[in-house]
Amino acid sequence: MSPRLRRKLGEWLTAYVFLSPYLFVFGTFTVFAVGFAFYLSFTKYNLFSPPKWIGFANYTRLLQDEDFIKHALPNTLKYVAVVVPVQTVISLIVAFALDQEIKFRRLFRTLFYVPSVTSSVVISLIFMWMFNKVGAVNSLLKMLGLPSHIDWLNNIHTALPTIMAVNIWSTIGTMMIIFLAALQDIPVTYYEAAMIDGANRFQIFRYITVPLLRPVIFFVVTMGLIGCFQVFDQIYVMTAGGPLGSTLTIAYLIYKNAFQSTTPRMGYASAMAFVLAVMIFVATMLQRRIIETEPYE
Amino acid sequence: MAVAARRLPRYREEVIWWDRIKIPLFYAVLIGWTIVCITPFWLSLVYSLMPKEHVFDMPPKLWPHPFSLDNYRVVVTTFELFPRWLLNSTLIAVVVTIVRTIFCAMGGYAFARLRFPGRNLLFILMLASMMIPPQVTLVPNYLIIAKVFHLLDNLLAVILPGITTAFGVFMMTQFYKSIPVELEEAALIDGANRFQIFFRIILPISRAALITLALFTFQGSWNEFMWPLIVLQTPENFTLPLGLKWFQSEYYTLYSIVLAGSLFNSLPIIIIFFVFQRYFIRSIAVTGLKGV
Repeated sequence: MSPRLRRKLGEWLTAYVFLSPYLFVFGTFTVFAVGFAFYLSFTKYNLFSPPKWIGFANYTRLLQDEDFIKHALPNTLKYVAVVVPVQTVISLIVAFALDQEIKFRRLFRTLFYVPSVTSSVVISLIFMWMFNKVGAVNSLLKMLGLPSHIDWLNNIHTALPTIMAVNIWSTIGTMMIIFLAALQDIPVTYYEAAMIDGANRFQIFRYITVPLLRPVIFFVVTMGLIGCFQVFDQIYVMTAGGPLGSTLTIAYLIYKNAFQSTTPRMGYASAMAFVLAVMIFVATMLQRRIIETEPYE
Repeated sequence: MAVAARRLPRYREEVIWWDRIKIPLFYAVLIGWTIVCITPFWLSLVYSLMPKEHVFDMPPKLWPHPFSLDNYRVVVTTFELFPRWLLNSTLIAVVVTIVRTIFCAMGGYAFARLRFPGRNLLFILMLASMMIPPQVTLVPNYLIIAKVFHLLDNLLAVILPGITTAFGVFMMTQFYKSIPVELEEAALIDGANRFQIFFRIILPISRAALITLALFTFQGSWNEFMWPLIVLQTPENFTLPLGLKWFQSEYYTLYSIVLAGSLFNSLPIIIIFFVFQRYFIRSIAVTGLKGV
């Protein structure tokens, strides 16, 4: 063997040794797992007897499943439609305020990020206490002379909005920091040039800041979409999908079918997970087109 | 000159009213949001320092009165499962953080510096895998852990799938692509092999990137909920988030103890964040922009 070939083979071997831990995890818990899940989604499998092939029955069953059609699907869509725009807009406003000549900027930034490092379970537990019927939120409303006997998490009209609010509150920190970094990257000369041309502040914001932020907005909205479609922790801790299915989401329904039922429906849960994955993918592509094709006057 | 003179009044007028309200307005936004961010944490701290029968004393108190450390005493001494959860969480988070940081650095180095067949394909597959929602692999991974590795209800079930992540390898790849190769080339000429180069030269100079990845990993692992919920089953083996939820549903009347216990989960991560915040902030900004 020529020394050159030996060196080359040595490099291949080294590379695969370096990559072996990743390849083990990737091969087992991603590649094999996705293939296995895909197979399971065409079977009936309850852990006690071997998987039984049933074709597309799991997918067609989704359309007749009241929990899915009447609760999980609309709740998830509602959740995404409210949380994603609200968290994006508030974090953009906060980042914009932080980007001004403000004192204590670092302190503000640090404090705003604290909700984002705290675990979803702890946040959910704290908010369950605050949104209790006799908790701090109702007490505050009472002081303001507003209706104050709302049982936030046990009322079918308020439970989902409460969870939305908690999630908006806890994700803004991360998004704000991404926006702030992007805002600080915009060269001052652009603003100066626009000002000399007589553009007013709002025109500058609309025609310089927003277009230059577009790729970052795309990134933040994608992150938001992915997170919102998968919302699980807060639902599990705060309401377990109740009351009357008013906070049931797709991710929670997957868990319920696979792990909480006395006869686990592993195949059905897998089929639902693939539908969720397709929904996330389509939503991401759609928003990419919307953000990119917005006219660039 | 004439043009400037014609434009100036309009421009100035607009500047005057906006500049007058601008700074107060932004301070109002920032202070308002600070209150919204901090109040829940402050209230839970205050009420955790009061006797348990006062947990729904309203209107909200901003200072613990009557003061009591009872809740913390119960958490640490009377309720013997609690120290166990703290230990389990710490164990998992520390092991996952150390192992994942090293393995991801190794993988990233291979993708960034070595030539081998299948490199581009693997890299693309890795990027694509980040798009797969965890719900898809939830069921099969549960079955793999239960039936192949027989690790159900074992802390290793949480650790094993977490020893590397696509995100970590990707982040380290980008980092190694950004540093110059001259250092390694000199060592190669001196006859060092790739392993020596990696452990003696590369790892020490990637300190900043390693700390960033380690912090992210620790935060994620410490706060993780869904996967441990599925693979850990007896309360003795719970992590802190699982334990807190379990405790709250078993003893929902003892809410101030839940609040005290929650602090054991949130305080360490908040302290770590305050100490290392420049790493957190920079990495979020960098990964955010790199992800575009």
